[in-house]
Amino acid sequence: MAIEVRIPTILRSYTGGAKVVEGAGDTLADLLTDLDARHAGLKARLVTDAGALHRFVNVYVNDEDVRFLGALDAKLNDGDSVTILPAVAGGAFGFAAAAAIAQHGAVGARAARR
Amino acid sequence: MLSIDRSIIDAIVAHARRDHPDEACGVVAGPAGSDTPTRHIPMENAARSMTFYEFDSMEQLRLWREMDDRDEEPVVIYHSHTATEAYPSRTDISFAGEPGAHYLLVSTREPDTEEIRSFRIVDGVVTEEPVRIVDAAVDPHAVQSYMFGQSPATVDYECSGR
Repeated sequence: MAIEVRIPTILRSYTGGAKVVEGAGDTLADLLTDLDARHAGLKARLVTDAGALHRFVNVYVNDEDVRFLGALDAKLNDGDSVTILPAVAGGAFGFAAAAAIAQHGAVGARAARR
Repeated sequence: MLSIDRSIIDAIVAHARRDHPDEACGVVAGPAGSDTPTRHIPMENAARSMTFYEFDSMEQLRLWREMDDRDEEPVVIYHSHTATEAYPSRTDISFAGEPGAHYLLVSTREPDTEEIRSFRIVDGVVTEEPVRIVDAAVDPHAVQSYMFGQSPATVDYECSGR
């Protein structure tokens, strides 16, 4: 049973640069285990030590976010397409700690508001 | 170095001002491999927070697919800090998942000036880079009407120099 998996740039070091790989499994967890057998280390980037899907990635089955499909328990079928994307998030929370690092010769571009 | 058209910077700043004091976020896509940001896509901050931003996962999927179809990539990923400087926070660094992107930060803490800075964030390492704002050969009337058009209710501004 073949499931197409789209790999984001940041994880292509695990797939020899491949943008799309194929795998098999009845659930997302099974699929990731199957992929990890050929692309060692990939699963650890997607699943935490506690066995949950990582906060830093979004995984989709076809057009659905797997968080709404049971996450790692999401059921898969032959011909499904799985897409992995880095979650885009962040923000000023935690700024104070970063400020200490920021003191080194940073060059900022200031644009006057027009 | 990040080279970016002034009209796009203006649109990003307008977006950040409009959403202030919440953080604003978005993407500037460009042809894959070109390192040239040409298409500004303001994104919704699904967190609607003054200290956090997050793309809506479905909106992101649609945009990433669209970029794929158009042979584009996210050349710039931007967000605003609304009470602090334009420097990546620890949170920004832990989430940064596009090693090829320029992470552009805009601070709107000052009402009259914007601080705009750009960074590469690769494997948790932050490297600041210069920002070169280019006045490209865009239609001057389009830019002018944009500049003096007060704050539009929505910004769906595409650089006409594309």
